[in-house]
Formats: sequence, structure tokens, C-alpha cells
Amino acid sequence: MRAGAGRASYVLRRLLQAVPVIVAILVLNFLLLHLAPGDAAQVLAGEAGSASPEYMAQLRHRFGLDRPVAVQLLLYVKNMLTLDLGFSFRHNLPVVELIAGRLGPTLLLMLTTLVLSVTAGIGLGLLAAARAGSWRDTLISILALVSYATPLFWVGLMLIVVFSLKLDWLPTSGMETVAAFHEGWARVLDIARHLVLPALTLSLFYMALYVRLMRAAILEQAGMDYVTTARAKGLGESRIMLSHVLRNAVLPVVTMAGVQVGSLLGGSVVVESVFAWPGLGLLAFQSLFARDFNLLLGIFFMSACLVVAVNLAVDVVYTLLDPRIHA
Amino acid sequence: MKRFWHRFARSRPGLLGVAILAVVVAVAVAAPVIFPGSPFRPVDRPFAPPFGRHLFGTDVLGRDVAAGIAHGARTSLTIGVLATSAAVLMGTLMGGLAGYYGGRVDDLLMRATEFFQTIPTFLFAILLVAILAPSVWSIVFAIAVVNWPTVARLVRGEFLAMRGREFVQAGVCMGMTDRRVIFRHILPNCLSPIIVTGSLIVATAILIESALSFLGLGDPNVMSWGFMIGSGRTFLRSAWWLCTIPGVAILLTVLAINLVGEGLNDALNPRLHKK
Repeated sequence: MRAGAGRASYVLRRLLQAVPVIVAILVLNFLLLHLAPGDAAQVLAGEAGSASPEYMAQLRHRFGLDRPVAVQLLLYVKNMLTLDLGFSFRHNLPVVELIAGRLGPTLLLMLTTLVLSVTAGIGLGLLAAARAGSWRDTLISILALVSYATPLFWVGLMLIVVFSLKLDWLPTSGMETVAAFHEGWARVLDIARHLVLPALTLSLFYMALYVRLMRAAILEQAGMDYVTTARAKGLGESRIMLSHVLRNAVLPVVTMAGVQVGSLLGGSVVVESVFAWPGLGLLAFQSLFARDFNLLLGIFFMSACLVVAVNLAVDVVYTLLDPRIHA
Repeated sequence: MKRFWHRFARSRPGLLGVAILAVVVAVAVAAPVIFPGSPFRPVDRPFAPPFGRHLFGTDVLGRDVAAGIAHGARTSLTIGVLATSAAVLMGTLMGGLAGYYGGRVDDLLMRATEFFQTIPTFLFAILLVAILAPSVWSIVFAIAVVNWPTVARLVRGEFLAMRGREFVQAGVCMGMTDRRVIFRHILPNCLSPIIVTGSLIVATAILIESALSFLGLGDPNVMSWGFMIGSGRTFLRSAWWLCTIPGVAILLTVLAINLVGEGLNDALNPRLHKK
């Protein structure tokens, strides 16, 4: 009962801590809106010249662009918080609807990448650390070093060359074969086939990071007293590794993976535009070409909110996993 | 210096990194001599395959890919070094102030760095460059803005640790000014971790620059590797070298810088080295 109340107040406190972050993002967005070339109303309208004068006047009024900056800022914050992010003329849809439509594919890609990179990172890190200094360790470390230095978009293009153009195993782009009208499991399978290359591309870089982190964490834990104790009471090496060391070594990797959500969203801009994966990243890329800054600002705001929400969820899960955390 | 080099030379990956990096720097410096004129100028028929008349072939407009690689090396290294210098200066200043004085300044700084850890930084860099109009300076600015918090956190930690050490306390008791304590006594002792982190930021900066120019946000007046890959991706099937060669150039350069960074880390932190 008491633990439950403690957790509730912890969640509440974390929620309150997220408020200044959201406000800071809004202020940043507002500043960028005014930094953009042209009048803010033109930026809000999406494309200069395509909006009618009446609409521009209405925009100016709604965002108070004829009033002092402080009022403008307040109105902007109010509009954004009520999810009134404006209208995209290029797509002929409100920005919120556009973003909501693209959220699913991006979340699918991110989640797959997260699972793939964390499991592969932990597995390979374990393999490398179990025989530190062996050829296997060297091989894995070199692999990690190279993956860490390769630009994401280039990995994507090279995978397309090998697996789509030369071997013809996997599709080059998109999320599903729309013309095939797959339904049920056939559709799931089709989407999964399209997901392989983008998820692999995005995973490689993070996997490299987790491999190195995992390897270092295991080597550090292996020198701890509790390992000596376990060995003294006669446990086998693999048992010590799997049920004692692994548990402690995984923590920094999970923490890092939580911190990386924002960076993952950034990486998805590049990967989605290589594979034409219809998520937020591709939308950002398209809005760059259309010079639709308002849409771009909306994507930035929504993805920052997404990161805040995910971090919050991770923290709450943490309190469930590790009873020591009660900060 | 000699002892430092001796320690550095013990790490073979570090030496490999220095060797690769030396080649890249040499090519970058010599680019206007080996390939005079603009790298955007057509020199031959389009799509000439590599290893013929032109070492790396030509692209869709008949531009020499090798010339692009050489001039791109200049761009990547310049932007990497400029952005890193800006980030390190800014980060050291902010982190140093926060770590030395603590209190309100420190709180504010920690909030700011947490903020930068939360927002999708690459997306932020894209926004900055798109809004400020793509140019070498806006790219340098954007990369510096997203990288300074890393340095600030590091320097803050170092300063905080140094603040309590006897030699610093002694300096304060002797009545030294804050400026003298900071610049003559604390900062020189924090230089090695700053140098190591800085070298790794150069690698990150080059990766960010290549991704930005791949997305079409490069400076339109200078050749860059990301731009070459971005404009060659349409011909992936017919002209493989257009994307492959600049990609290898980025990979080798970034790898070399990371290796040098690790070598520096081992040489500058001998305590960590004994494992």
C-alpha cells in the first residue's frame, strides 16, 4: 500500500519535471519560427504565395502577429498545447493529422530497431567479453568499431544494392506492396519483409554502441567481490556469467537505450528517406524539399514530446524492475 | 612530448588511425593542386567507370569523382574541426563555470544539457540548417549547438573533482584570483579528457555533416561526400561507384579519427590503461 502511494507520487513528480522541458521546446520552436526567412505568417501558411490573403490575415490574427512578442509567444504556446499546429498546403491536411498518420510506421521501425540492437548488442558483447583477448573478441570489436564509423544512409544504400538489386531477396522501398492488396497474415508478412532492411540499417550503429558498453560492463563486473564469492561456493563459470554478471551488466545498456530514443528518431529521418518508409522521418525529409517549415517545426515538437513520454515510461518501468530506485 | 608519443605508439590501432588520417589530410591539403578548378565542372562524358581515364570515374554530369573526393575531404575536415572547436570552447566555458561556481549556474547548465539529451538532436540540427539556409557556417553552428552539452558535462565533472583537491584549495587560500586558479591550475589538469572527447566529436561532426548534405542541406558551393552520395543514389543500379566510393571515404576518415581518439585516451590516461 505504502509502496503504491510512493510510486504514484514519484510518477507525479516526474510528470511535473516534464513540464519545463515541453515549455522549453515550445519557446525554442517559437524562436525558430521567427528566425525563418519571411514573415511568421508566411512560414505558418507553409508555402509563400499559395495561401489567400484572407487566410493570411486570419493566421496573423489567430497567432496575434500584430501584437507584442510576449502575447505572440503565449498565443503560440496555447495553440500548440491544444494541438493546433497549423495546416500544410502541400499535403492539404492539418499538420496534426499528417503527423498522427505517420506515427505508426515510425514507432514500428523504432521498436524493432530497439529490440534488435539491444539483443544483438548484449549477445555479441557477452560473446566478446567471455573470451576477452581471443580472436572472437577481436573480430566482434572490429565489427563494432566499423559499424560505429559508418554513415547510416550509406549502410542503407549498400544493403539495397546487395539484398534488393543483386540478390533480389527484399523490396527496396516503402512499407508494403500496396498494389497486391494483401490481407491478414499475408499483409503482416509483407510489411515484415519491407521492415528488414530499414531496421537492420538503423540497428547497426546502436548495436555497435551497446556491444562496446556491454563488453566493458561485463569486464568491470567480473572483477567484483560477488563473483569471487560465487566462484568460491562452486558455481560453474557459465552459471556465474549468465545468472550473476549478466544481470548487473545489462543495466547500463538498458539505461543507454532509454537515453537514445531521441537520437533514434533523428536516425530514422535518414533511414526513412533512404527506404521511403512512410514515417515521421520521411515526412520531415519531404517537408524540407517543400520548404514547409511549419510542418517541420510540428514534427520536431511532436517527436520531442514523444521522447519525453518514452523517457517517462522507461523511468516508471525502472521503479517496477529495480526496487532500489526511489529517488 | 616524447614520452607521450612513446605511449601513443604502443597502441597499434592508434598508429593505424594516424596513418589513415595523415593520408586524408594530405589529400585535403593537396586537393587544389592535384585537381585544380571547381570539382563541380564536367571533365568527361557522364558515367565513365572507375579505374579508367579517371581514377574513380565520372558522375551523371561528367564530373570527376576523384576530384569530388579530394575536395570533399577538405569540406569534411574543415567543418569537423571548426564545429568541434566551437563546441569545445562553448562546452568548456559553460562546464567550467558550472563546475567551479556551482549553485544556480550549475542547476541551469544541468537543465540545459538534459534538455539537449532529450530533444532529437539531429532533427534540431536539420531545423537549424534549413531555417538559417544551408552554408558552411550554418552547418558548423548547428553541429556545435548539438555537441557542446557533451563537453560541458565532462568539464563540469572534472572541475567539480578538481575544486576539492589540495593544490586548488591552496591556491584559493593564497589569495589567487578565480581566473588564475581556473586557467593556470584547473584547466591544464583537465586537458586530456577534453582532448579525447574533442577528437571523438570531430568524428561525430563529420558523420552529421555527411548526413545533412546527403539530405540536401549541404553548402551548395562546396563539394561534400554526403552530397555526392545523395546525388548518386538514383543511379545505384547502373553506377555503383557514385555512392560506394564517397561512403568508403567517410567510413575510413571517421574510423581513423575514432582510432586516434582511443589511442589518445590510452596514452593520456595511463591509469585506465592497466586493465
